[in-house]
Amino acid sequence: MKGLAVIVGRDLRLALRQSADAWLAVLFFVLTAALFPFGIGPEPNLLRLIAPGVIWVVALLAVLLSLERLFLADYEDGSLEQLLLSPLPLELAILGKVAAHWLTTGLPLIAAAPLLAVLFNMDLTGLGVLLLAMLLGTPVLSLIGAVGAALTLGARRGGVLIPLLVLPLYVPALIFGVGATEAALADLSARPNLLFLGALLLVMLLVTPLAAAAALRQALE
Amino acid sequence: MTQSAKAQFEGRDLLCRRGGRDVFAGLSYSLPSGGALLLTGANGTGKSSLLRLMAGLLRPAAGEILWAGRSITEDPEGHAARLHYLGHLDAVKPVLSAAENLRFWASLRGRTADVGAALDHFALGGLADLPGRLLSAGQRRRLALSRLLASPAELWLLDEPSVGLDHASVGKLAEAIAAHRAKGGRVVVATHTALDLPDAEPLSLDALAPPPLPELVW
Amino acid sequence: MHRFANPARFTRIADRVLPFAGFGAVAALGIGFYLALFVAPADYQQGETVRIMYVHVPSAWMALFIYVAMAVASAAALIWRHPLADVAAKASSPIGAGFAFLTLVTGSLWGRPMWGTWWEWDGRLTSMLILFFLYLGHMALMHAFEDQQRGYRAAAVLALVGVINVPIIKFSVDWWATLHQPASVLRLDGPTIHSSMLWPLLITALGFKLYFVTLVLLRMKSELIAARLRALDLARLKAS
Repeated sequence: MKGLAVIVGRDLRLALRQSADAWLAVLFFVLTAALFPFGIGPEPNLLRLIAPGVIWVVALLAVLLSLERLFLADYEDGSLEQLLLSPLPLELAILGKVAAHWLTTGLPLIAAAPLLAVLFNMDLTGLGVLLLAMLLGTPVLSLIGAVGAALTLGARRGGVLIPLLVLPLYVPALIFGVGATEAALADLSARPNLLFLGALLLVMLLVTPLAAAAALRQALE
Repeated sequence: MTQSAKAQFEGRDLLCRRGGRDVFAGLSYSLPSGGALLLTGANGTGKSSLLRLMAGLLRPAAGEILWAGRSITEDPEGHAARLHYLGHLDAVKPVLSAAENLRFWASLRGRTADVGAALDHFALGGLADLPGRLLSAGQRRRLALSRLLASPAELWLLDEPSVGLDHASVGKLAEAIAAHRAKGGRVVVATHTALDLPDAEPLSLDALAPPPLPELVW
Repeated sequence: MHRFANPARFTRIADRVLPFAGFGAVAALGIGFYLALFVAPADYQQGETVRIMYVHVPSAWMALFIYVAMAVASAAALIWRHPLADVAAKASSPIGAGFAFLTLVTGSLWGRPMWGTWWEWDGRLTSMLILFFLYLGHMALMHAFEDQQRGYRAAAVLALVGVINVPIIKFSVDWWATLHQPASVLRLDGPTIHSSMLWPLLITALGFKLYFVTLVLLRMKSELIAARLRALDLARLKAS
């Protein structure tokens, strides 16, 4: 447990010293969403209708954008080798890195989501559920993304490859995330969707450390 | 270290295959407590690969590596805990200070006490607060070397440790290795430059290249 | 250790199996398609277009079956490091992608007279589309590395993560589809299906399976020959 905290602390410190990266993801999130009214017209009812979907899709793309740097810097400067040879089990080290990644990308996106909800005229009664769903869903995005990032280390065109591997796997999180928000907006129970998101989070908490560890080990052979 | 002092660190009949090519075959070695192995051989004979095999980063295509009679694959974390591996890369983060860099790796191994002394040994005491990006290549190498001293480990695996070092620092490295061996530690070094290693056992990889036709040709 | 798990023996076995599988595939597909086109009845609602089902449904089965088979091969490759399992996984994924594509195309053709559009976000078709993307990702990762061994390993890990996610994706897409539209038209009503339709379906399914076996063996053989050529090149490089 202490080793896990050491990793999270180090990655947070690295992220804070290079805080431009974290800001870029949030900026991307807001800017991309702001393009939609130009694409489909500023009709308030239409915007309200697509708000949950747009917020989720754009959040997913913003996370995607930040995935490449999850392991790449450590891979290139030799830190990953040292991490693999530390007494800390690699699976735990990966969980630590994913936690730090979520704290520096997922959490800022959640903080920026209310702004988008306002820009899109979303009924603010659904805001609580939207944030709760993002709280459960964005860690899933980080976890699945970590597998993709680990698998593409050392690949030709690794950065282009990650979306191809990761996006199909993001579909369930997207469906349940949007589903919860839409249910809340329609005055229905968001509970089933939120429960599925929670279950998805648990599954990926188990799968990601194992899969990413296998991927990192073979990347360093 | 007393209990493991009698433990043997040995490799038996190792076959190393990289990219579908056999690098070396039939390699065996044995390294007792306090001993040193000096790996020699031309480029591409597999010195780095052998060090990575010993660290457990690579798996041999045949043969096995044993610590006290047990294969290192049985307990990879336990093996990692008893070794320091120094590869070609220094694992220095440009935005962290020298001391922060070192403290991170030491605290992963559960010790934080010796950071200052380790930096001082490689004459980095005055640079402790400087961010990694300002260090020169030689200074970064010395920072990587100070990991060896910041937390104790029985087995040191050093791949070209003296690259980029000045004369004084090479001397400091030899000193550190000698002190480590005097306490019963073991060292494996792959190097092209002269490094003062008294009665180190030489292991040449030149003669171990397998015949040019690998057996996957049927 | 399997060394390079004697490709010679594999080739001998493959050569013995190949004629049976190949001939079986031609025969089963011939009989199956004859029954499907001339013997099976037309649907009272859908008319003759229902015959697309005899290609669409077995292709969908194959697309799913091949992904699972690939995951099993990948697990074998990761656990026992059996090189032939790697080769089998590499040989399978383009075939699986082909069947997934065939399912999508026939689904679109089948749906056209009914929906009036070439594409409908129907639950089954959408899941198949995602499966097709999973295949494409697998193929891309397999070829993304200079060192083929790394491609094998990375793709094997991806196939295992994928096979865990396939049921989750299927479930979530069904959930999503039922929220947004009534149940699918492309459905076989399980046990109530008449035997005059079931038999052609099963026979073409068998034909597709044998066709897959034939193709995968051929592809594995050619992959092994390519590996042998690479090894000869390396040997020449070292000898010179």
